[in-house]
Amino acid sequence: MKSIPLAYSVRNLWTRKLTTALTAGGMALVVFVFAAVLMLDAGLRQAMVSTGQPDNIVVTRRSSGSEVQSGVERPQAALVESQPEVVTASKETVVLIAQPKRDSGVVSNVTVRGLSPQGIALRPQVRIAAGRMFRAASTEVVVGRSIAQRFAGTGVGERLRFGARDWLVVGVFDADGSAFDSEIWGDVDQMMQSFRRQVYSSVIARLADPATFDALKQRLESDPRLTVDVKRERQFYEEQSAALSGFISILGLTLSVIFSIGAMIGAMITMYAAVAGRTGEIGALRALGFRRRAILAAFLAEALALAALGWALGLAAASLMQLVHISTMNWQSFGELAFSFTLTPKIVLQSLAFAAVMGFAGGVLPALRAARLSIVDALRAA
Amino acid sequence: MRQFLKLIVRNTLRHKLRTGLTVLGLLIAVLSFGLLQTVVGAWYAGANAAAPDRLVTRNAISLVFPMPLHYRDKIRAVPGVKRVGAANWFGGIYQDPKKFFPQFAVDGAQYFEMYPEYRFVEEEKRAFLRDRRGAVVGRKLADTHGFRVGDTLPLRGTIFPGDWSFTVRAIYDGAEARTDTSQMFFHWDYLNETMKRRVARRADQVGVFVVQIAEPARSAEISQAIDAQFRNSAAETLSETEKAFQLGFVAMTEAIVVGIRVVSFVVVFIILAVMANTMAMTARERLSEYATLKALGFAPGYVAALVLGESLAIALAGGLLGIACTFPVAAWFGTQTGTLFPVLAVSPATVAMQLGCALAVGVAAALLPGRRAARVRIVEGLRAIG
Amino acid sequence: MSPALIEVRNVSKSYRRGGQIVPVLHDLSFEVQRGDFLGLMGPSGSGKSTLLNLLAGIDQPDAGQILVDGVDITGLPESDLADWRAAAVGFVFQFYNLMPVLTAFENVELPLTLTSLSRRERREHVAAALRLVGLADRAQHYPSELSGGQQQRVAIARALVTDPKLIVADEPTGDLDRQSAAEVLSLLEQLNVEFGKTIVMVTHDQRAADRAHAIKYLDKGELSEGADLLERSIR
Repeated sequence: MKSIPLAYSVRNLWTRKLTTALTAGGMALVVFVFAAVLMLDAGLRQAMVSTGQPDNIVVTRRSSGSEVQSGVERPQAALVESQPEVVTASKETVVLIAQPKRDSGVVSNVTVRGLSPQGIALRPQVRIAAGRMFRAASTEVVVGRSIAQRFAGTGVGERLRFGARDWLVVGVFDADGSAFDSEIWGDVDQMMQSFRRQVYSSVIARLADPATFDALKQRLESDPRLTVDVKRERQFYEEQSAALSGFISILGLTLSVIFSIGAMIGAMITMYAAVAGRTGEIGALRALGFRRRAILAAFLAEALALAALGWALGLAAASLMQLVHISTMNWQSFGELAFSFTLTPKIVLQSLAFAAVMGFAGGVLPALRAARLSIVDALRAA
Repeated sequence: MRQFLKLIVRNTLRHKLRTGLTVLGLLIAVLSFGLLQTVVGAWYAGANAAAPDRLVTRNAISLVFPMPLHYRDKIRAVPGVKRVGAANWFGGIYQDPKKFFPQFAVDGAQYFEMYPEYRFVEEEKRAFLRDRRGAVVGRKLADTHGFRVGDTLPLRGTIFPGDWSFTVRAIYDGAEARTDTSQMFFHWDYLNETMKRRVARRADQVGVFVVQIAEPARSAEISQAIDAQFRNSAAETLSETEKAFQLGFVAMTEAIVVGIRVVSFVVVFIILAVMANTMAMTARERLSEYATLKALGFAPGYVAALVLGESLAIALAGGLLGIACTFPVAAWFGTQTGTLFPVLAVSPATVAMQLGCALAVGVAAALLPGRRAARVRIVEGLRAIG
Repeated sequence: MSPALIEVRNVSKSYRRGGQIVPVLHDLSFEVQRGDFLGLMGPSGSGKSTLLNLLAGIDQPDAGQILVDGVDITGLPESDLADWRAAAVGFVFQFYNLMPVLTAFENVELPLTLTSLSRRERREHVAAALRLVGLADRAQHYPSELSGGQQQRVAIARALVTDPKLIVADEPTGDLDRQSAAEVLSLLEQLNVEFGKTIVMVTHDQRAADRAHAIKYLDKGELSEGADLLERSIR
């Protein structure tokens, strides 16, 4: 099929600058919302997934939704530690405390983790960014980067009060964007004492060979002395964010779809007007020998070019969101979680496809109308 | 005036397809906006339904930590306190985690005296109080899962591990539309006895105390008096009004709420772009007509008013239709999300905002085209035919 | 090979207007010879443009046959007609119908994009066509930058760039001033005399009619020879 030069479609957008700007602008806003939602979800997942090491496992009480709700008795913990597949293990206690935020004073839950030196070793992505690591068996604590930024009283040298004790903040750590950035760490035995705990929350362990996971899981979960769930660390954290992630995705995508209807209507109005204003040209093109399909393609191309413009603008705006940081309560662990918007190549392509669908849906009916015109009518109406 | 209105109405009907599409676009935008604001409102539903004469006492560190049972008597002894009831968040799973609803273990008799907005059939209530393993479910919850009086309600415990089984003895209705009827209650004593057998050290632990006071005006004073009782003990408490307590939850997911509010305005801007485009195109095509009117002697203001009038007519049509659609759609959304949003009511404030947005869009879209129409030079306008 | 380029045999055409059927052409038969320059005149609504549309293959008769250069174009499917038009017919419209967003060069090139010529070959043909109409120096201008007469000449260049046998013109001077009209008509005459193009032209304009070599009158769907034609042929 011989097609009408693409320049015809694209240049027509340039002649009607205001209309093109408004229509593409509407589509850009929709693409922005769509991309931003996907980026938010990607950022949340990344915070969660990057929290897990491939060779670590997390052992919690069966069916507990998070470490906070879990309780692993001392003998059970010892049993896990003694398994042959396990290289290092850390028995940990996780609690939530209420702390006011720096700027708003609003009180939010912060995750406090008591762990041992082994536990620190199990998280190689964690580095000290200021001050130093806490000393074992002391009432010193270190805080994650995100907590230090957001919460009052968490600077190096300051004291936090919880569990009827004062804790000295001796350092700030950087956990590379993972969930640990939103935690406060201290010595596990001190914490257990302070919170009058008799049981641990969880056991984190590294396996000598990650492939032995299935056998270990099978053995531990069927042992009558234990009532535990054994999960790979990655999977554990992924499940932690499932509810929040699901909510964001569903709400965001529903909104995007609804909004896109508005933008599509805008595109439809514009394209109908374009067809109506150029019936003479359409007649001339048909007379010259261009087929109906060529006319259809030319006007569809114009609609798609509009969508492409909207996509470029919307994506550019969305990528600026990467500078924004979000902090909200994770519904499953009840603790504060910080993450940010993350732009991935997949999102770039998804938003392009979304824009293309908008352009197509908005442009197809007007393009069909243009193609269906009889030559005589088109020339007469000119 | 009549002529003016006649012109506006006829003009909007000239391009039926274009006008129709624009109205449709506005309808969707106003509807989306209203729906989002309503969802945000639902978030605050708990806080709005709070009674001024109820306080909530919890462990000062965090809600996740319990308090000893013997605090109950101490709290009751504080002057100004009428009643105290214990409540534990149970957090069990009914069939699968997606079928979530709130479950509380409560001091049966005391608790429901403090919540007069839960309306019972007296017989059913008595049946519940007699049955240790009895359960009370709200109307919305009963409708969502088809619970009827006499049904067995099995739950898989997470915080309180093991399998639990209850019998539905009563279904309560809410006194007002905003009362939460998506909850399930059972006897705290039954929970405690069972825990004594299964995991002894977890017994006699209370999640929160709900405190009813005689004088709502003294809530701050009484809260502090209660907390003073337990200062420097193993479990220090924090008492606050029920409203403050509920708002605390909202504050924790503040970022999301803010996000949704922002996004609801984005949709307004989308439709503003569409509307402005329509008006710009329409005005451009009619330039010669406006020039003619001016040549005939009509003032520039009249011509601009024609553009504004048309824009407002379309905006109002779309806006009113959108508002009308918001109610059934919100209701449908409420049934779909079941117990996730117990109260999903479209507030008058939301409707006012929707109308405001529609009008604002109508005015804003007409500004530039209206100005252009008013300013067109007669000679130029008459020449630009077709 | 018949000397007649166009053979119209018993052609009828009617239109539906507001629920009524209005007959426009009735059982029309005539021929147009190769190399003719035919003017079609008649009162408004007489069906001149309708007949032109039928000859050019952009409309179909209700009954009868039309043969152009031996090809029966009646009843051909639209896709075949499109291909035929691209090769066989050149169009000149009253309002030029150029694409405003394409330059003069690109407008003239349009029909060639339907062929399999290479880019270089197309460029050569376009340049030649523009030279012929005297607008080679305006190739990069957009229609909005050209006068009415110049736009029509671009349209004529577009009409002949594929070297069609037949050129149809619907009121080619209708929107032009006297000078431009004269230039356009001279061009058409040149195409007819020098290049042997057969031209069928619908017109109201007597000056245009004077340039044609033969005139037919269409009135109430019936064709007749012009009375003054006899005079001219004597002169």
